[in-house]
Amino acid sequence: MTAVEERFGPYGGRYVPESLIAALDELTAAWEAAREDPEFVARLELLRRDFIGRPTPLYLAERLSARVGGRVYLKREDLAHTGAHKINNAIGQTLLAQRMGKRRIIAETGAGQHGVATATACALLGLECVVYMGTEDIRRQAPNVERMRLLGAEVAPVEAGARTLKEAVSAAIRDWVAEVETTHYVIGSAVGPAPFPALVRDLQRVIGEEARAQALDAEGALPTRVIACVGGGSNAIGIFHPFLDDAEVGLVGVEAAGEGLDTGRHGASLQGGVTGVLHGSLSSVIADEEGQIQEAHSVSAGLDYPGVGPEHAHLRDSGRARYVAVTDGQALAAFRELARLEGIIPALESSHAIAWLLAEGGSAEGFDVVCLSGRGDKDMAEVGALDGD
Amino acid sequence: MATEAATGVERIAAAFELARGEGRAALMPYMMAGFPDRATSLAVAEAYAESGADLVELGVPFSDPLADGPTIHAAATAALEAGATLATALEACRSISARVPVVLMVYANMILAHGGAEEFAAILAASGAAGAIVPDLPLGENEELAAALAAAGLALVPLVAPTTTPARRKAICEPAEGFIYLVSTTGTTGERAAVPAGLAELAAATRADAGSTPVAVGFGISTPGQAAEVGRIADGVIVGSRLVRAAGEAGSPQAAADAVGEFLSETRVGLAR
Repeated sequence: MTAVEERFGPYGGRYVPESLIAALDELTAAWEAAREDPEFVARLELLRRDFIGRPTPLYLAERLSARVGGRVYLKREDLAHTGAHKINNAIGQTLLAQRMGKRRIIAETGAGQHGVATATACALLGLECVVYMGTEDIRRQAPNVERMRLLGAEVAPVEAGARTLKEAVSAAIRDWVAEVETTHYVIGSAVGPAPFPALVRDLQRVIGEEARAQALDAEGALPTRVIACVGGGSNAIGIFHPFLDDAEVGLVGVEAAGEGLDTGRHGASLQGGVTGVLHGSLSSVIADEEGQIQEAHSVSAGLDYPGVGPEHAHLRDSGRARYVAVTDGQALAAFRELARLEGIIPALESSHAIAWLLAEGGSAEGFDVVCLSGRGDKDMAEVGALDGD
Repeated sequence: MATEAATGVERIAAAFELARGEGRAALMPYMMAGFPDRATSLAVAEAYAESGADLVELGVPFSDPLADGPTIHAAATAALEAGATLATALEACRSISARVPVVLMVYANMILAHGGAEEFAAILAASGAAGAIVPDLPLGENEELAAALAAAGLALVPLVAPTTTPARRKAICEPAEGFIYLVSTTGTTGERAAVPAGLAELAAATRADAGSTPVAVGFGISTPGQAAEVGRIADGVIVGSRLVRAAGEAGSPQAAADAVGEFLSETRVGLAR
């Protein structure tokens, strides 16, 4: 049995109240056992195929390719059930929670995609579901709040701080500290205390495994570059990971530059952050000189987070992956451009990856794969409001 | 009264010893530095030192305090909005540390931001603190800081929770300096209606593991009666959110000092019985 990683270089670890340690130990042991249990793996495979709709296509975007001057394939996570890659993690973790005998599931959500995915998985498995959400996000994302309630989840409003994702994660962790014996916390990204970063990565790895096989099938070769947006970084680590040993494949993570990296109003934890502890792990965080965590800023709620998964911090330091950033304005332009070029409305998060490719140009040799992590229907109101400004 | 030469660890031990000599548990009130403002928090510190606190737990405001419930989280947010920094906490520490041992409650990211373990130990020593409680540095993550504090004669006070396994509890207690902070209940800080069932057994088991190191119980103790109840089964009693609330509601530094002083005096009488 392979051990679940606790650290990635110096990053990761378990910087949490003592009350949670036993639960993290239990979760680690449960995942180490489940991922090698043929019955569990078969059940997950079946749900991935028949419920999520995997494998998602690897789509040759011809008009986008012509626009950037190089062949570009889109990994269509926007076609997964509920409209984003988040469901891969939510189904896997709730299945694991059920195997562990936990009947109550909690989650946090920013834009609502992870909340909807978790509420969906809980409906499927008949588990109680509470989703913590900042009241500012509840206001901005009303349709997703309605979806969660329709699916039978309780949406718990969080009033602290800026009333957004960071505080929702903190509220979920506090709930877990208090209710740890009956409850499993389905964290939404590859962040948090060990084993969460490895657990979420393992569950999102399916994106990269499929993409790698599909690329070999379509082109008889591996891509020149794999490009994905990075907030907490779960879609990026999922698509990067199966390519880590393919040294010739470039890995590019695109962070949110918000109003600009030099303005201080951004969500680029890897490029504009410092080594620090947030939500249970050591990684790169956006903090002031006193160590107070700062609010992130991005037009995309999913990238609006002042931390990032510890494995990304390690890949940055080792140089295996390269991290870049695009602004809100670039992402919004890419959102529109992909809609008109390909008939695909991308999530504002995924629009960051497209925007970098539009600015950088395609690969002269070989081809690129972009993770289209989610669809953009959820962002229509936000984009419409910005257009009205 | 501690002498100049005594280390932080020795001063903590002396404080528990003094209480034990009087046949009671040590009383350790918590306060949030800079809450609701600098002047009030300095007045609260003064009241603690003069109203029977055997030790003082001094919270350093942090943006994301995972172990704290709504009262202390809100107090931290308010203190930060009022401009509080680590320096605000160190000022409060210096103002009373010659009279009563002060243990800072601080989150890990602030230690990293202030130069890491060794530099932070030097900062604490220079401010007269006796030790630190870092609720997000459990066993497995705290070794570097424990060594740096020990080298400066200061205690890194570890936490034990109801969910801590017996083997792990032993591993936490064995190297501990100062005292063991026993979390009374699974959950975050905050006032609760009653002392949790099973606490007596948990406290007894922890004291057995702790040997000569005192065990203080905190989280959820909000009345003099609860403090007296806990005082019968532990070496120390920590009162937090109840006092933070009183300081926040008082309206002026003097009123805050009066309110917390009155609560402490009453609690101290209850402990002595």
